[in-house]
Amino acid sequence: MSRMPSVFRVLLPLALLSCTGLILAGCKDASSNNSGASEVRLQGAGATFPNPLYQKWFSEYNKLHSNAKFDYQSIGSGGGIKQISSNTVDFAGSDATMTDQQLQEAPAELLHIPSVLGAVVMTYNIPTLSGTSLKFSGDTISGIYLGNIKKWNDPKLVADNPGVNLPAADITVVSRSDGSGTTAIFTDYLSKVSPEWKDKVGAGTSVKWPVGLSAKGSEGVTGQVKQSPNSIGYVELIYAEQNKLPYADVKNAAGQFVRPSIQTVTNAAAGSASSIPADLRVSITNAPGTDAYPISTFTYFLVYKDQKDQAKGKALVDFLWWATHDGQKMAPDLIYAPLPAEVVQKDEEKIRSITYQGSPLYKG
Amino acid sequence: MASSITPPNTYEPAGGPGPFPSVGARTRALFPSGFGDWVFKYSTLLFAIGIAGLVVAIIVSMAQNSTLSVAKFGWSFLTNTTWDPVHEQFGAAAFTYGTVVSSVLALLFAVPVSLGIAVFLVEQAPRRLSYPVSFLIQLLAAIPSVVYGMWGIFVLAPLLRTYVYPPIQSALGFLPIFQGPTNGLGLMTAGLILAVMIVPIVTAVSTDVLRAVPDTQREAAFAMGATKWETTQVVLGAARSGISGAVILGLGRAIGETMAVTMVIGNRPEISEHLFGPSYTISAAIANEFTEATSELYRHSLVELGLILFIITFVINVLARLLVWTVTRGQGSARA
Repeated sequence: MSRMPSVFRVLLPLALLSCTGLILAGCKDASSNNSGASEVRLQGAGATFPNPLYQKWFSEYNKLHSNAKFDYQSIGSGGGIKQISSNTVDFAGSDATMTDQQLQEAPAELLHIPSVLGAVVMTYNIPTLSGTSLKFSGDTISGIYLGNIKKWNDPKLVADNPGVNLPAADITVVSRSDGSGTTAIFTDYLSKVSPEWKDKVGAGTSVKWPVGLSAKGSEGVTGQVKQSPNSIGYVELIYAEQNKLPYADVKNAAGQFVRPSIQTVTNAAAGSASSIPADLRVSITNAPGTDAYPISTFTYFLVYKDQKDQAKGKALVDFLWWATHDGQKMAPDLIYAPLPAEVVQKDEEKIRSITYQGSPLYKG
Repeated sequence: MASSITPPNTYEPAGGPGPFPSVGARTRALFPSGFGDWVFKYSTLLFAIGIAGLVVAIIVSMAQNSTLSVAKFGWSFLTNTTWDPVHEQFGAAAFTYGTVVSSVLALLFAVPVSLGIAVFLVEQAPRRLSYPVSFLIQLLAAIPSVVYGMWGIFVLAPLLRTYVYPPIQSALGFLPIFQGPTNGLGLMTAGLILAVMIVPIVTAVSTDVLRAVPDTQREAAFAMGATKWETTQVVLGAARSGISGAVILGLGRAIGETMAVTMVIGNRPEISEHLFGPSYTISAAIANEFTEATSELYRHSLVELGLILFIITFVINVLARLLVWTVTRGQGSARA
C-alpha cells in the first residue's frame, strides 16, 4: 500500500465513493420502480413570458416526483400553438388564446388552462421629472400610440396628471419589433378602450404601428426608453420590476387610477371571473373592479382533452393540478400574479375533464 | 559537375532499395490501380453536386412555403409598402428599401476606410507595425454581431444623437435626407454599424490582394520616376479586380446582417428619404416576426421576404462577377 503511486492513493477513495453512489442510485431507481412509476418525459413548447416560472415549476415538481421530467422550449406562443396542433409536443404554453379557426384545424379538442397572470406596464423616461409617477388613461395611451398626442404637455396628459410639470417635448414612442404576447395584450387593451385604435390598427402579436420606433425584445424596449429622453414604452410587469423602471398608474374601467402590482393583476382576473366563458378563452384587459389593473392577462397551458398515452397523460394532469394549486405560491416570488380562487376552481374542472380512452385521468 | 549532385531528401521510388516499401506501393497492393483516383474524383464531384443541390433545395422549399402570399399578392408584394399583420396586408418594398440603402451606406463609409488601411499596411507601414495592425483588424471580424448591436444601442446611438446628427441637421437640414427625427436609431446608424462590421473583411482581402501585386510593378513605377502616390495608383489599378471582390464580400455581409441591424435601425417598415429616421431590413423582419407568425399567410409572406433577400444576393453576386470580368478582361492581374 505504501508503494502505491500517489495518484492511486487519491483515485482509489474517489472510485470507491462513486461506486457507492452508483449503488445508491441503483437502489433509488429500484425503489421508484417498485412503486410502479417509470420515468415519464413530457415535452412542451410555447410562450416565453411565463418561462422563468415554468422552469421553476418543472424543477420543483421534479424534486417531488422524480419520475416526471419536463422539457419546455420557450419559442413563443405562436410556435407553441403550431407545435401542439401538429402533435409534436405534449403540452404548449400560450399568452394568446387560440382562435376558433385554429381550434377547428387542430386534430382533436384542445383545452385552455390558465396557469398564471401577467401584466403590461407603461414605462417612460422624462429627465425633468423626478420621483413622481405618471398617470395614464386608456384615452391618452391610445392617443400617444396613434400619434394624436405628440407632446408631453398635451392638455389631456396634463389633465390626468395635475400638479406634475410635464415638459413641452416631443414624445418618442417605442414599441416591440418582434412578435410577442406582450404586444398582443397591449394592443388588445388599446382596441378595447379606443374605437379609433380598433379600426385603424387592431390587436395582434405584431401590428402596424402608426408612429414611433420599435426595438427587439423587452431589453430592447427598455434600453431604448432608458436611452431616449422623453420616451414611452411598454414592457411586462416582471421586467419593469427587475430592472427598476418607472411605470405609470393606469385608469381602469371603473375610472380609478390603479398601480400595477401582483395584487391588482389578480384583482383583474377575479373581477372578470364571473364572465369567463366555459372554454376559459377570455381577455381580461380593461376588467371591471375598482382595484383591477386594466392591462392584465392570463397565460395558458394548452393540452389535449383526450390523452393518447396513459402514463404521460397521468403525469401531465398531476402536474397541472400541482401547478394550479401548490405552484401558485411560487408565482409572487418571481413577480407573476397567482390565479384567484374563482379561476383555480375553473381550472380544476378542466383538469378533471382530461381523459384517457374516456376515463378521467385525475384521481384526487 | 552538377550531374552528380542528388538532393538529400528525394523520395525513394516505389520498389526501390530501402528497408520499407513506400506508401504508394502498399496502397497499390490493397486496391486495383487507379481505384483511389476514381474514389477521389467521384467523392469530390459528389460534394460539388451536393452544394449545388442544396441551393436548389433551399429555393424550392422557400418557393413552396410562400405559395399563399404569392397567390394572394402576386407582383404587388414587391411594390407594396404596407406591412400590417393584423389586417394581413403584406408588401416587401419598405424592407427591400431599408436593406439596400443601409448596405449601400455601409459600403460608402467602409470602402474608403478599408482601402486606406490596406494601402497603409502594404505600401507605407514598416513590417513591424503592419502585421500587428492587420491582426487587430481581423480580430474585429471575430466579434459577434449581437455585441456590435449592444455597442450600437448603448454607445454609438447616444453619441450620434447628441453630438453628430443635430449639427449635421442644423448645417445641412435644407436637404431632405437630413431632415426628420434624430433620436439616434435609423438608417444612418445602421449603415455606420454595418460599416464597422465590414471594414475587417474588406481590409483583410484588400491587403492580401495588394500584397499579391508583384514588386516588379512598383519597381517599374519608381524607375519611371513616379512618386509614392503615383506608384500606389499603379498598384491599386493592378489590384482592382481583387478589390472589387473584397467590396462584394463586404456587401454580402452587410445585406445579410441581422442582429446588429435590428438593434439600431428602429424597425419601422416605411420608405422615407430621411436617413436619420427609422427603417427596417428584410433579415431583421424575418428574425423579429417569424416566431409569432401565427397565420399561414403571415408565415408565407415572411418566407417570400426571405426569397427576395436570396434573389437580391444572387443578383448582386452575378453583377459582381460581371464587374470583375469586365475590369479584368485582357489583363493579368492579382486576384483575391
